[in-house]
Amino acid sequence: MPETMKMRATMQGDIADVKVLIQHIMETGLRKDAKTDKLIPAHFINQVVATLNGKTVLDAQWGVGISRNPFIEFKVKGAKTGDKVAVAAVDNLGTKFDGEVVIA
Amino acid sequence: MNQERRTFLKSAGAVGAIAVAIAAGLLKPGEAFAAAWNSLAFTAKTATDALTNSGYSGASESNDILIKVPEIAENGAVVPVEATSNIPGTTSMAIFVDKNPNPLIADFTFLNGAEPFISTRVKMAMTSIVRISVKAGGKAYTASREVKVTIGGCGG
Repeated sequence: MPETMKMRATMQGDIADVKVLIQHIMETGLRKDAKTDKLIPAHFINQVVATLNGKTVLDAQWGVGISRNPFIEFKVKGAKTGDKVAVAAVDNLGTKFDGEVVIA
Repeated sequence: MNQERRTFLKSAGAVGAIAVAIAAGLLKPGEAFAAAWNSLAFTAKTATDALTNSGYSGASESNDILIKVPEIAENGAVVPVEATSNIPGTTSMAIFVDKNPNPLIADFTFLNGAEPFISTRVKMAMTSIVRISVKAGGKAYTASREVKVTIGGCGG
């Protein structure tokens, strides 16, 4: 089960624009399985942290309302081409996801 | 879906190599999740409880929070939401969908040069107010827009 993170970071003036796409089911825990009529257990990413050259720039907490295969875009001032942006995420079952990209 | 996103999906393939490296254990995750997950706020079933438990209650309405959402969402499972705060000193931003079973969608804290801007995609169970709340200088501000949903999407 490949669960990956895809990232792209580009400079727009003096601001880095970072786009992140994470493959995740983002199951709410509120849906019923059509066959068994039982609730499908919640399984969702609930914490995401982004760093620029190792310094935290974005600290996020998520609920079940973020869409499946989550997408986020954020902007960081003072970054430059060649800087490293890393994103770490964890879901409610403790599975961790990491990605890293160099700003183009 | 815009052209920019298509290009992103295409170019993203190259980044897949990094994910492979991580899966193989070549890169060490070095993350530190600062605060414990705010379960009280995220499991709240009403907008009022969600706002209170996330510290965004008592917010004043502001025209300096810009929200970009579709007027009508054909698919409630994937509703694009983009928000920018022009309030000086904005430190955090939260997204609420008032009529969702759990109204608090996400709470973002901006640090070390991050702009008070977020673009993401949220689930909407039905037509609802989408609320963006921010904290700036110890105060809370809010703005909202209605999004009409034709097919509910708390499933996916």
